[in-house]
Amino acid sequence: MSHSLVTMSYIVAAILFILSLSGLSNQETARKGNYYGMLGMAIAIIATTFSGSVTAFGILVAALIVGGAIGAKAAAKVEMTQMPELVAIMHSLVGMAAVLVGYANFMDHAISISGVEKTIHEVEIYIGILIGAVTFSGSVIAFGKLSEKISGKPLLLPGRHWLNLLLLIAAIVLGYVFLQQTEAGGDAIIPLAIMTGIALIFGVHMVMAIGGADMPVVISMLNSYSGWAAAATGFMLSNDLLIVTGALVGSSGAILSYIMCRAMNRHFLSVIAGGFGTSSGGESAAIEGEVQPVTAEETAQLLKEAKNVMIIPGYGMAVAQAQHTVNEITKLLRDKGKKVRFGIHPVAGRMPGHMNVLLAEAKVPYDIVFEMDEINDDFPNVDVSIVIGANDIVNPSALNDPNSPIAGMPVIECWKGETTIVLKRSMASGYAGVGNPLFVLENTRMLFGDANATMQAVLKALKE
Amino acid sequence: MKIGIPKEIHPGEKRVATTPEAAAQIIKLGFSISIETGAGLNANISDEAYQATGVEIVNDTQVLWQQSDIILKVRAPEHNQTLDKDEADLLSPGACLISFIWPAQNEALMQKLANNQVTVLAMDSVPRMSRAQKLDALSSMANIAGYRAIVEAAQFFGRFFTGQITAAGKIPPAKVLVIGAGVAGLAAIGTAKGMGAIVRSFDTRPEVKEQIESMDAEFLMLDFKEEGGGTGGYAKTMSKEFIDAEMALFAEQAKEVDIIVTTALIPGKPAPKLITAAMVESMKPGSVIVDLAAEQGGNCELTEKNQVVVRHDVTLIGYTDLPSRLANQSSQLYATNLRHLLTELCPEKNGNINVNMEDEVIRGTTVIKEGKITWPPPAPKLSASPTPQNAAATDTPKESTKKSFLPAFVKQLLPIVTAGLILFGIGAVAPESFMTHFTVFVLSCFVGYQVIWNVSHSLHTPLMSVTNAISSIIVIGAIVQISTANSTVTILAGLAILLASINIVGGFFVTRRMLEMFRK
Repeated sequence: MSHSLVTMSYIVAAILFILSLSGLSNQETARKGNYYGMLGMAIAIIATTFSGSVTAFGILVAALIVGGAIGAKAAAKVEMTQMPELVAIMHSLVGMAAVLVGYANFMDHAISISGVEKTIHEVEIYIGILIGAVTFSGSVIAFGKLSEKISGKPLLLPGRHWLNLLLLIAAIVLGYVFLQQTEAGGDAIIPLAIMTGIALIFGVHMVMAIGGADMPVVISMLNSYSGWAAAATGFMLSNDLLIVTGALVGSSGAILSYIMCRAMNRHFLSVIAGGFGTSSGGESAAIEGEVQPVTAEETAQLLKEAKNVMIIPGYGMAVAQAQHTVNEITKLLRDKGKKVRFGIHPVAGRMPGHMNVLLAEAKVPYDIVFEMDEINDDFPNVDVSIVIGANDIVNPSALNDPNSPIAGMPVIECWKGETTIVLKRSMASGYAGVGNPLFVLENTRMLFGDANATMQAVLKALKE
Repeated sequence: MKIGIPKEIHPGEKRVATTPEAAAQIIKLGFSISIETGAGLNANISDEAYQATGVEIVNDTQVLWQQSDIILKVRAPEHNQTLDKDEADLLSPGACLISFIWPAQNEALMQKLANNQVTVLAMDSVPRMSRAQKLDALSSMANIAGYRAIVEAAQFFGRFFTGQITAAGKIPPAKVLVIGAGVAGLAAIGTAKGMGAIVRSFDTRPEVKEQIESMDAEFLMLDFKEEGGGTGGYAKTMSKEFIDAEMALFAEQAKEVDIIVTTALIPGKPAPKLITAAMVESMKPGSVIVDLAAEQGGNCELTEKNQVVVRHDVTLIGYTDLPSRLANQSSQLYATNLRHLLTELCPEKNGNINVNMEDEVIRGTTVIKEGKITWPPPAPKLSASPTPQNAAATDTPKESTKKSFLPAFVKQLLPIVTAGLILFGIGAVAPESFMTHFTVFVLSCFVGYQVIWNVSHSLHTPLMSVTNAISSIIVIGAIVQISTANSTVTILAGLAILLASINIVGGFFVTRRMLEMFRK
């Protein structure tokens, strides 16, 4: 295949990737978008394979098949509740691949360039490996936190900001040493290896310091990093397709992170710097009052009497796998002519859009699933809101207590409805460790127990 | 345990403390029920209807009282003329009485009951809290009273409620003023509204404005700042200035409206006098006033308790037995309130009651426990509506935490200047080939920004998994490098291909799986 043909294929692939991402912007075109992506990827791989520079077809095909098989199996098996873990571990693979490609490129002395171009090339390798390594270790830790192999609590080392700064300076100094050694024609693998180690530590430390509730930001940030790693590799290999794709993914992840941060009313840097809830200005108001428990039968009764029902799912629904039961209840109520809607907070769950995927899995029609902003003004008309395993995203102190650690975060204002029923395992506070005055409001009822078991009981009572 | 329901002996009292439906539920809790013959007749419930649900009919009043462990009644115990005995004395020692008691007004009765070593739960003392709403008999009776007040008014009012334009001429709608928008007031508003009247309402508690407006009635605003909410959602006595302003408002309204329903009560105090004789005089002839506070002396100066009188051409209704005038309905609601109370008392559903003084609802309702007067109960812990301290905290401005050593505009400019310098630096030293790639890079970033910004929230997860798959384009870098002489490089590249292809296939497939799930 001629060089021009390969380039042309790359252009086609790049366009397909752009179409793929824009296709995902709404439900109707999303599936097509996914197919565009697959097509683009296939074109890119085939064009590169037959570009003439590849001879080791055996290893290539074997690696592709084995990898593909593993990927297909993982994709087929994964539970929708585990999507955040899957995405996190996938990010780590991209990161690792970037590191490997960087090393391979560094050791491959076939390319003969010199002068400024060579220096820039070395810098590109260095940066590519750095970003790749941070993405890798960060994603592994994120995976551990999401699958609860590692505690979700932020790990706050003393002087962690200084530690980060120190690591950054070390990486820059090593970069200088690395450049000096390669200029001199030496084999600079040692500074490169040390830097890789530092980058790995940096990734671990960064994600360890971030609390579980901030995971949506972390996941989308790592998504962004994996894109930048690909872009850096593109510079290193002078490959425009890699640069384009990497930049697309990188900016997409950055925008998602920004959206998530805005949904929590937090500054991006403060999320990344970690330590949620440690820097509040003063004592937040203590919560006094008594909760009013309610039984599943009474909940069913309230639902029977309601005309307008809002369901607000949170991470607890994912943990209890209650989405199918919730859907059954939704169907039953809708058959009775009631208006049932879902209100989704942008950061509900552990990754952006987590709740939507779970509800989709349970076959809840997506046109009754709404974003926070779409339904918040409508709560005075809602007869019953059911909060399933959510806490911080329905916390009124975010709006009326300036000392609350989550002050200013937009929340779903379910307490403006007639009655709110909160499903909860016990009276523990949410991930943010913040008490929730919603639970003691006069129009709130607490339904204690495992979300799935209690929803089953409600369903049973509704059918009677 | 055996539950007994005697026939009410108060003159004119038509209600009964249980209905066949409620009885069936109570029997399910493990109790057995006996009822005095004819107890439900005035509420249109026959003995047979009770019998059909398994209730035993007892002919002898005295036997019924003596054999029962729990007595359910509507009215507080009185002197039984036919037996010439006090009902309080008919109770067997250790028994439990559940009825309206009004302990504050009936001290002698309380003492007597205490001497008889019984336990008494007063339905009028149920604490005003959300959990106790289902046993709040005052509210359910007030609801009926409010409805009946309008029905009674309609009876004496000589016109339609609703406005009509007929061939015979135009009929203006009746104007109704409801003073006090508690449960009874709101029920009256709803009923009058349902009949087509123009309804206005006034209350000293500003927080009920919304409730009044939600019933589609007009809330009469008083241009005066004073909160009328006392403890437990009841009203309190207002200041002199407030009352003057209020009276001026009523005087003005009296000239205009056709029907006034007053429901103003302050717990433990005589009803406030809101409608003066002069106001009654100023009303149009044929107007009607229904005074729901007649029992406590009336909100209108001219009201006569239990009577309908005409003063200055205005009909004044002072009935105090409005719930009893809707005996079937009020028996039903009262019976349900009692059933809920029994459910609270008997959590194990074994037919035995446990007067658990730790439980806030039961504690509040119990006025005599085994001969000891436990009334009044300690002040209830109020469930927290936003506390005043909280509001104060909102008002105090947050002190700025740190003073920046850079002026604001420098801070804003700084990133732009830095970015500009970096771009300039790169442009100054970078070779041509780098710049082409860099152009592509920057443009792609902007394309990505434009494309992603419109993605709907619900698709964020699929978006992430697809971008994740796409970012595995890095596989191309590995493919280019796999065919070198250097075996280490080949191995590294091979590994990279392996990892990236897991991601490509996994990412696209899982996205497909997810997208298949989304459906309308």
